[in-house]
Amino acid sequence: MNTYTKKIRELASNLLKEGKVDLVIGFKEGTVPMATAPGIARTPEEADGFVWDANCSLNLTNYLTNKKEKIGIIAKGCDSRSIVNHIIENKISRDQLHIIGVPCTGMVDKNKIRGLFEDEITEFKEEGDVIRVKTGAKELTIDKQEYLRGNCRTCMHRNPVIHDDLVAEPVVEQKLADPFKDVKAIEAMDADEKWNHFENLLSGCIRCYACRNACPLCYCPTCFVDEANPQWVGKGQDPTDIRTFHFLRAYHCAGRCTDCGACEDACPMDIKVRDFTRKLVKDSFEIYGWEAGLTLDQRPPLDTFKPEDPDDFIK
Amino acid sequence: MGNLLEHMGIEKDRLHFSWISSAEATKFVDVVTKVSEAVNALGPNHKLVKNAG
Repeated sequence: MNTYTKKIRELASNLLKEGKVDLVIGFKEGTVPMATAPGIARTPEEADGFVWDANCSLNLTNYLTNKKEKIGIIAKGCDSRSIVNHIIENKISRDQLHIIGVPCTGMVDKNKIRGLFEDEITEFKEEGDVIRVKTGAKELTIDKQEYLRGNCRTCMHRNPVIHDDLVAEPVVEQKLADPFKDVKAIEAMDADEKWNHFENLLSGCIRCYACRNACPLCYCPTCFVDEANPQWVGKGQDPTDIRTFHFLRAYHCAGRCTDCGACEDACPMDIKVRDFTRKLVKDSFEIYGWEAGLTLDQRPPLDTFKPEDPDDFIK
Repeated sequence: MGNLLEHMGIEKDRLHFSWISSAEATKFVDVVTKVSEAVNALGPNHKLVKNAG
């Protein structure tokens, strides 16, 4: 058992024992290797089922929306920023939360690892910076840093921004020469190339809405895609409807997206939906100097007005 | 929003934002002329168009 798992279990079971929280939300072992499932512990014994490894990529903030209980929650850097979002958007109050922060060294790109093998993975073991992956036919030892998810590679807030406990000493933050290289590559294309890039990107979309469901920002009681009257967007597989869904889903995250990557992780078709949201992350940063979810004391740029807000686009 | 539309391949000149008061008739004419010129120059749009049937 790794030290993170051990510490998480210890902290969670103490919180429940002392009655400081009603429940703790964390990750439990999934049914197959390289899968973890969100899990809730209401008793100290149940807290012994919590685990931590490089597959805990979903964002547990998703389960906090409008909850009334006192909740303990496990949070990586990006998740903690989503929690800040939830607090400033009045979806939960800070007093209700006990945040168990996890200084994060990145989550792995499962599809990339699966791509190394032809058969099914039977074992996944993380030992510090190396990962041992086994299938029926072979065993490989890989360097974790080389198999990180795209958003973990460009992450600059690995340590939780708010927390009540930390499971380990803070990790060193990454210094990146150019965190928005991927966005700039798309920006450099001409209009038709851009259009085709996204057309190819979305060609596999089956409209399952897993990206929306995994996103902690998508908490509207009725999503615009589910609304029937008025029907904002067609429900079929027409490329225009698919594009409209992805465009608007992304736009609803403007100035709020913490690039946690839950959307991409949930996608069964391996669509890089972050190509949309990354542009918004970049624009928020460049236009307003804003990175979502870093502070409880400031309103996000899109729900405030300042006379100095740039308005060159208005003619 | 304009930025994201442009990012996914809608030409910048297709979408215009303006603030015109009801008293600013000349500005209105001016803006509409500029918008039509810009859009005409781009030609017909085939993106985000849903074909009936």
